[in-house]
Amino acid sequence: MKSHLTFELNGEATETFCEPRQSLLEVLRDELKLTGSKEGCNNGNCGACSVLLDGRVVNSCIVFGLEAQGRKVTTIEGLAEGGTLHPLQQKFLEHAALQCGICTPGFLVAAKALLDVHPHPTEAQARAWLAGNLCRCTGYDKIIRAVLDAAPSASGGK
Amino acid sequence: MSAKTSGAKIGTYQVIGTRPIRHDGVEKVTGRALYGADLQMAGLLHGRVLRSPHAHARILSIDASAALSMPGVKAVVTTADFPGSGNRVADLGEGTIKVRDLCANVLAGEKALYRGHAIAGVAATTPQVASEALKRIRVEYEVLPPVMDVLEAMKPGAPILQPDLRTEDLGEKGSTPTNVAKHLRFEKGDIAQGFREAERIFEEEFKTSMVHQGYIEPHNGTALWNPGGELTIWTSTQGAFTVRDQVATMLDVPVSRVKVVPMEIGGGFGGKIPVYLEPVAALLSRKTGRPVKLLMDRTEVFEGTGPTPGTVIRVKMGARKDGRITAAQAWLAYEAGAFAGSPVVCGMMCIFAPYDVAHQLIDGYDVLLNKPKTAPYRAPGATSAAFATETVLDQISEWAGIDPMKIRRLNGAKEGTRRVDGLVYPRIGYLETVEAACGHPHWTADIEKLPSPQAHTVSTKAHRANLLHGRGVASGFWFNIGLKSSCMASVNPDGTVCLVEGSTDIGGTRTSVAMQLAEVLGISAEDVKPQVVDTNTVGYTDVTGGSRVTFATGLAAIEAARQIERQMIDRAAALWEVKPGDVEVSRGCYRLRAGGKSLTFKELSGKLSDCGGPVVTQVTVDADKHGVGCGFATHVVDVEVDADTGKVTILRYTATQDVGKAIHPAYVEGQIQGGVAQGIGWALNEEYYYDLQGRMQNSSFLDYRMPTALDLPMIEAVLVEVPNPGHPFGVRGVGEVPIVPPPAAIANAISRAIGTRLRTLPMSPARVLEAILKRSR
Repeated sequence: MKSHLTFELNGEATETFCEPRQSLLEVLRDELKLTGSKEGCNNGNCGACSVLLDGRVVNSCIVFGLEAQGRKVTTIEGLAEGGTLHPLQQKFLEHAALQCGICTPGFLVAAKALLDVHPHPTEAQARAWLAGNLCRCTGYDKIIRAVLDAAPSASGGK
Repeated sequence: MSAKTSGAKIGTYQVIGTRPIRHDGVEKVTGRALYGADLQMAGLLHGRVLRSPHAHARILSIDASAALSMPGVKAVVTTADFPGSGNRVADLGEGTIKVRDLCANVLAGEKALYRGHAIAGVAATTPQVASEALKRIRVEYEVLPPVMDVLEAMKPGAPILQPDLRTEDLGEKGSTPTNVAKHLRFEKGDIAQGFREAERIFEEEFKTSMVHQGYIEPHNGTALWNPGGELTIWTSTQGAFTVRDQVATMLDVPVSRVKVVPMEIGGGFGGKIPVYLEPVAALLSRKTGRPVKLLMDRTEVFEGTGPTPGTVIRVKMGARKDGRITAAQAWLAYEAGAFAGSPVVCGMMCIFAPYDVAHQLIDGYDVLLNKPKTAPYRAPGATSAAFATETVLDQISEWAGIDPMKIRRLNGAKEGTRRVDGLVYPRIGYLETVEAACGHPHWTADIEKLPSPQAHTVSTKAHRANLLHGRGVASGFWFNIGLKSSCMASVNPDGTVCLVEGSTDIGGTRTSVAMQLAEVLGISAEDVKPQVVDTNTVGYTDVTGGSRVTFATGLAAIEAARQIERQMIDRAAALWEVKPGDVEVSRGCYRLRAGGKSLTFKELSGKLSDCGGPVVTQVTVDADKHGVGCGFATHVVDVEVDADTGKVTILRYTATQDVGKAIHPAYVEGQIQGGVAQGIGWALNEEYYYDLQGRMQNSSFLDYRMPTALDLPMIEAVLVEVPNPGHPFGVRGVGEVPIVPPPAAIANAISRAIGTRLRTLPMSPARVLEAILKRSR
């Protein structure tokens, strides 16, 4: 039996039906066809499915879809605004901070959560905040540089 | 002709060496890029695979009737659904292989040979129903004792995996059942003479564990076998054509009946060359008449796909007090997994490859045991081999009292050195990497002045004194490969060029290939529109592997650009009503030699319909004929060892590498940084950890524990450019060699820090602590 789910997804009121056992990741990917959030492990270890739930970064593979009821969810698809890339997205491109790209959506979402809390993070802060996201291609070097470089424009010079 | 074309030669470039934003970048940072799991399709069925809980068992019977009676379950397939393979053999580009083995790895035959070995596939209306159905398939097993250690597996009396296997011993077929598939030998000079010339002989044994490539995207495969007999497969793969060829071989259908559509691929590192799910999806689709999608979960990826082997390597080297190596002997036993075919021959080629040693003898063994069939992993076989050699070289360096850089200078291979397998090196840049490492500030920096990441968490002075520091050096080699690549290019009226290629793009090769075409044509990288297409749309192209794409597909793109340029000259001549010889071109500007008229590439593109119509070209290259450039690297690492816990922290890492010519330096650096990170994980904590029954105990990312952002420092990549004479721009493959030196460099650094050597990977806290405690006793 499917349950009714209403929540705010990337700024828009959204409703769908899902089974109580479905994870938020499954609801996003299978029910709402937003496939930008990726499944790498399905047990909260790799961060490829990172989304923001009421502004806080969570692994959507270990959150039930119904837990989003009445809350705000931001996914990678909601990062760019009005056809303009988010500074993090732009800096990831400029720094070549992605190779295969499968972990990239999760990193961008987690990095946004970091910059929302620490507009001017240190390298150590960035590494700690992103330690829940696995990347096997880059060795993290260019990802960390991109995040640190995005900080000033993401905070609007604050 | 050559007088007319600008061609491509080493010199100053407009596009090469710059860092444009990759063509597929926006799709990938916005979550729009479609990977295999993202595929949606009307009428799609979802499949799951039943896997063996046993490491070694005879399959007595499979009863799927209870599963098939469940609502929503549409089909079950087992190995019996493959057409009889008999004794067919196939050549899929890496030597001949028994078709029966290929099929039996995808769906087990008479025996399950490793835990996680696929037994049956189910298709159902939802993934959940398919998962439930797996529980209702009754498999009767006769559990057999597994053999999990390579040395045990080689012994007479060991449990035998494949009763009809006989050792191919230096070309002779053995007569008794065995797990040793092959014994190979390379020889150069007179090894006995070499050891007689030595003043000291070092002989050590090394062990490494099975490790996984660890790509973040699990395997996936979707198939639609339509009633007309046409099979389409969508999958994340390193090579659409190898998927086509493997699937066609297993299903015994002509390749022309199989179309493979490569989806974006979320990492491979060699592990996405073999097929696992694709043939199962195809069989399920044939039975149901509907598209079937199969996805692996992470445990299935660890247990059911091909990692790189654990190894036992013995190295014996003779040296003189002046630092010269007089003899080098090695014995390598590599885990093949459940079927023959470990990368031991690559290990043999690489083990002494950075050094010019007159007398060498290398024996290698390919050994079956109850672990997954191994697959390539970034410089397959080379990392374990380098761990052994580079450690012994470090011992020689200490014994002789000669600086590690100097001993490499003394013995390093150069142009003209003959490698043990026969190849005589063309221009290589090994010694240049040593010089770059030696000249880097890291090499001479005071290690005690580095900020210690652990120092702030350490409260007492006594504990702080237990943070030990050491610096290590190691070199590495990978031969790189050429193989075949095809591409097509067409000029658009706005002066852009569509580039259609068969090389799946894992780390930015759309751009590195497009940049080479752009350089020749004198247009910008952004004006090339690269696209990776299916197997019906472009000519045969080998896998994205062996560090070959920027080199080999780059060669195809360069040739395509030259052909376009020649056609554009003809068009300009037609437009100006002169002979082609009256037109010259430089950096994308077409001029009348006599002067007076000129057109840019863009302007001329807009006039093509007035002077002959579209300009289109297609090219295929056999890149091995051009001369593959070998890759060498020398790495320097500083470590901190917590003597109380055995934990090793990487403080600083510098990797120098001969990259030939960096087309897109940022992505070259990225290859190096990523390879180093994987090497660090291999060195310090990654391993397949088995219980006595052969069950993997750490088949999750939490327990397998790859490096996170918090575990690593910035990794400095130093690009040394010694052009490969076999490529117009000097390109060498760069992707693989960076994983080769790290375990050895870290082992050498740990040895400097704690005063004793570790010769087993991973150098986990437990092992390091054990070494420290043994030393102090």
